[in-house]
Amino acid sequence: MTAGVDPIVINLIVFVLAIFVGYHVVWNVTPALHTPLMSLTNAISSIILVGAMLAAGAADLDWAGWLGVVAVTLVSINVFGGFLVTQRMLGMFRKKERSTGATKE
Amino acid sequence: MSANQLALWYLVAAVSFILALKGLSSPHTARRGNVYGMAGMAIALLVTLAVVYSHSRHVLPILGGMAVGGALGAIVARRVQMTQMPELVAAMHSLVGLAAVLIAIAAVKNPQAMGLDFPITFGHKLELFIGTFIGAITFSGSVIAFGKLSGRIRSAPVVFPGQHYVNLAIGVAMIGFGIWFCASPPAAEWPPFLIMTALAFLLGFLLIIPIGGADMPVVISMLNSYSGWAAAGIGFSLDNPMLIIAGSLVGSSGAILSYIMCRAMNRSFFSVILGGFGGEIADAAAGGEKKPVKSGSPDDAAFLLSNADTVIIVPGYGLAVARAQHAVKELAAKLTAKGVNVKYAIHPVAGRMPGHMNVLLAEAEVPYDQVFEMEDINSEFPQADVALILGANDVVNPLAEQKGSPIYGMPIIEAYKAKSVVVNKRSMASGYAGLDNPLFYMDKTMMVFGDAKKIVEDLVKAVD
Repeated sequence: MTAGVDPIVINLIVFVLAIFVGYHVVWNVTPALHTPLMSLTNAISSIILVGAMLAAGAADLDWAGWLGVVAVTLVSINVFGGFLVTQRMLGMFRKKERSTGATKE
Repeated sequence: MSANQLALWYLVAAVSFILALKGLSSPHTARRGNVYGMAGMAIALLVTLAVVYSHSRHVLPILGGMAVGGALGAIVARRVQMTQMPELVAAMHSLVGLAAVLIAIAAVKNPQAMGLDFPITFGHKLELFIGTFIGAITFSGSVIAFGKLSGRIRSAPVVFPGQHYVNLAIGVAMIGFGIWFCASPPAAEWPPFLIMTALAFLLGFLLIIPIGGADMPVVISMLNSYSGWAAAGIGFSLDNPMLIIAGSLVGSSGAILSYIMCRAMNRSFFSVILGGFGGEIADAAAGGEKKPVKSGSPDDAAFLLSNADTVIIVPGYGLAVARAQHAVKELAAKLTAKGVNVKYAIHPVAGRMPGHMNVLLAEAEVPYDQVFEMEDINSEFPQADVALILGANDVVNPLAEQKGSPIYGMPIIEAYKAKSVVVNKRSMASGYAGLDNPLFYMDKTMMVFGDAKKIVEDLVKAVD
């Protein structure tokens, strides 16, 4: 069925379905964790590091390749910083599980 | 590694990202969720590194860049204060935006390195154009947001006549150059591409300068969303479904947060974007005759608090500015030891970004099962003996329930329904909305003026 379908259309299908998944998953995030949600999504959006790596890995490392290296460096700040600061914040919430059951929506 | 294997690994990474967000539905599972996110990212980066190695062996500059960037990121993540989270997040959005632009420039120069045809097809050029302009707007917009949040530039809105028309004209010109770029042969594509990018940078700057400090929670949520769409746009250009999935997750998350913030401030998304709010303070409050307020000392307030059965604490950003969270936690612990039932009530815009106040309280080791969202606790105020309001103003203003008031319809914490109210503020100055607050003049209200930290510390002493 997909034989004659343009890759753009396949991408569009993925895009629309992913938005639906995102919509439903994010509405379930407890409001108390909206700041960690933001730092986590920020870390996830650093997935464009994949694109930066491809640019930096060009066969001949010309100025565009070095631009890719700059992009790799910039986004690496986000990848590490984003996940680590999220972990640090979530650790603050976790310490309090001593009290009885502690289920807060 | 075959293309199919690569795609399947990317699928694993994409599913991990979804699980990461799913984990945040409760503080119990949140840390595990974050670990899923890290694992997904690690998988995606390792397989991409393998691909690059098999193509060109140029992995050393990449590893070097990652080491430098990663070390910087780790240092920042460790050192940043929780009050600075909004700035950090804004700064990070700007990096994603700038990286998207750099990647797009590299793709236009070396299409083959990115797995694109040469010359690049019209469709892929269109996607590159979209990814670039969203990235550029995210970058310059986030830089301004960062400057306003960190106090490096004035947070008051900058407005000038015809602003919206100027923005509209720049937007139209940007799209025009973008389409010109898409239709140009490889030899002539640079001038329109670069002009388009420059216009997008300018537009991001102009879109954020008119937005005032009070609307910053919406702005960072919105830029969060943009950084996701920029990643998705790059995913489209590179035909990489994982980038599209991750980008869309982030994009929809930011959009939902913007919506929640707008609803909490009773502002429409468009009025926030058009800007100009949050600057002209005190128009409405000025000229009002001096009404009598009942002010009391910390000792008076401590007496009320220690004789109460139930106390609900309403923290506002003023509390965080005064760094009084730890003192508040101590006060709550002392009251709890005396048999008082203490709870916290959090308004969605109590901090500078969504969920900010929850993090600030968590940092002060306030147990999260004592902290309640506005909708969950509003029904409890009529039974509460004391509502203790610390550095909050607009979010407890009963004018929001009065037809015709400028903030009519804004959801508020119904502290005025408590049997008595203790308010700590530095002065009688009005909040962001520039409105007087009738709560302060009620018979059952006691005002305790002074710095939040000092007053709360005095309360702690006086409760003994």
